Amino acid sequence: MIEKPVLIRDDGLRHDGRRPDELRSIKMQVGILKNADGSAYVEYGRTKVVAAVYGPREVHPRHLALPDRALIRCRYHMAPFSTSDRKSPAPSRREIELSKVIREALEAVIFSELYPRTSIDIFIEVLQADGGTRTTGLTAASLALADAGIPMRDLIAGVAVGKVDGVLVLDIDELEDEYGEADMPIGYAASIDEIMLLQLNGVLTPEEFRRAIELAKEGARKIYDQMKKTLHDKYLKIIEK
Amino acid sequence: MSLTPTKQPIIPRIKRETIKSLIRSGERVDGRKPEEYRKISVWLNPVPKAEGSALVKLGDTTVMTGTKLEIGTPFSDRPNEGVLQVHAEFVPLASPSFEPGPPDENAIEAARVIDRCLREPRAVRLEDLVIIPGKKVWLVFNDIYLLDHDGNVIDASMLSTMLSLNMAKIPKIVSIEDDNVIIEKTVKERPLPINLNVVTVSIGLLEGYMIVDPTLEEEIVLDTKIVIGVDEKGRIVGIQKTGMEGIKPSQLDDIIDLALKKSQELHSIIREVLNNPNAYTTPLVLQ
Repeated sequence: MIEKPVLIRDDGLRHDGRRPDELRSIKMQVGILKNADGSAYVEYGRTKVVAAVYGPREVHPRHLALPDRALIRCRYHMAPFSTSDRKSPAPSRREIELSKVIREALEAVIFSELYPRTSIDIFIEVLQADGGTRTTGLTAASLALADAGIPMRDLIAGVAVGKVDGVLVLDIDELEDEYGEADMPIGYAASIDEIMLLQLNGVLTPEEFRRAIELAKEGARKIYDQMKKTLHDKYLKIIEK
Repeated sequence: MSLTPTKQPIIPRIKRETIKSLIRSGERVDGRKPEEYRKISVWLNPVPKAEGSALVKLGDTTVMTGTKLEIGTPFSDRPNEGVLQVHAEFVPLASPSFEPGPPDENAIEAARVIDRCLREPRAVRLEDLVIIPGKKVWLVFNDIYLLDHDGNVIDASMLSTMLSLNMAKIPKIVSIEDDNVIIEKTVKERPLPINLNVVTVSIGLLEGYMIVDPTLEEEIVLDTKIVIGVDEKGRIVGIQKTGMEGIKPSQLDDIIDLALKKSQELHSIIREVLNNPNAYTTPLVLQ
């Protein structure tokens, strides 16, 4: 087994030089794919994710259509080349679980009752994985839905809080996830102040959990502002043209 | 791909409204209080061929768990640890909405939540399961079998998993020649080493009202559900929010407090059962 690296340096900063409450460099862009009705590309540091939305469109197979609302389908998938060891393209148990929690988070914000007998299909592809892929994917999916013009109660910003070397840190990367004590991804809708996705993989005391939620909300709010700006800028560019 | 669920049992609107209005007034359809679990019955070692097993009934929800031990190779990045695997099967006899086939997303989610809640606090002492470091270790397969589905499958599965693991005995190793390990399955040598017990508390939310241990009918009506794993030391060892509505962050404190309170009850049930295992060998079905 490889020896555990130093995650919190003597100067209190993290292995990559970030403060405990500092996000990675986050980049996002919408409308990057021609075919999809909505799309987004999001980077959290070295994690790169693309999301696309098709719909509302006719449901195939037809019998799955719901009479009173849209059927929402979501697939979270990692590209075979996204990880250091090649990942089999077949959906793993992890991907099946994450597709479910991401779908449930988005179900909570989409006004699905406006589009009965249709489907809204959300595809998330992780191109490079360096920790926080489900939260990056949730942010990207939420942007792609907005880009597709699907009415939503709010945007969801995803971010993970971790505990490494006993310190709560925001937006953990792969190294911190692998050698840390806890990983808590959340999806936060900042305007309506609701948590749409919440998981905890690790051990926290109740007090640590409370602080972790506060830290996550703060980080998510920053990402949320950047999401709004990204969508705004797209339309500003169209007006300028 | 994950789809909006379409195959849930249909509940008449009048019943939905009754369930909701009762929860709003602090009552439940089955007469329980909001913070009250259903009756828990336990049958230890129902399947003696397994190295350990337990059947748990939580109201009408029935879960059997079997623990099987085999010799195998460890993961290359963890040469000095045994291997624990948790699987769950929601077999079609358990509910009219289940179908044969590989585990669906709900079964996978349940198994993975339980797996994480055991792995993170190191509930099973995997380092005591090494036979030849890097080459031969015990593989612990914990298979959860849902037999009757009436809601709150994860809490029932966690209880039966914890009891099954505690009942499990490691077979005797007869000889080790080179890398060949010969075991005698009928002779049990020692119990599976357990560091601490873990329970999960599932809390259902409806318009901000909290209930524990929801039945299937309640689960369908609820806004959302949150599963919280708590170990014997009162630490949170795992969380999973499920369901298609959000949670107000301001309510999380109350949710955690309730989970910690109820976890003590479940832990004392586990302790009581494990202290008097002979009192829990009555078959629950052949009475």
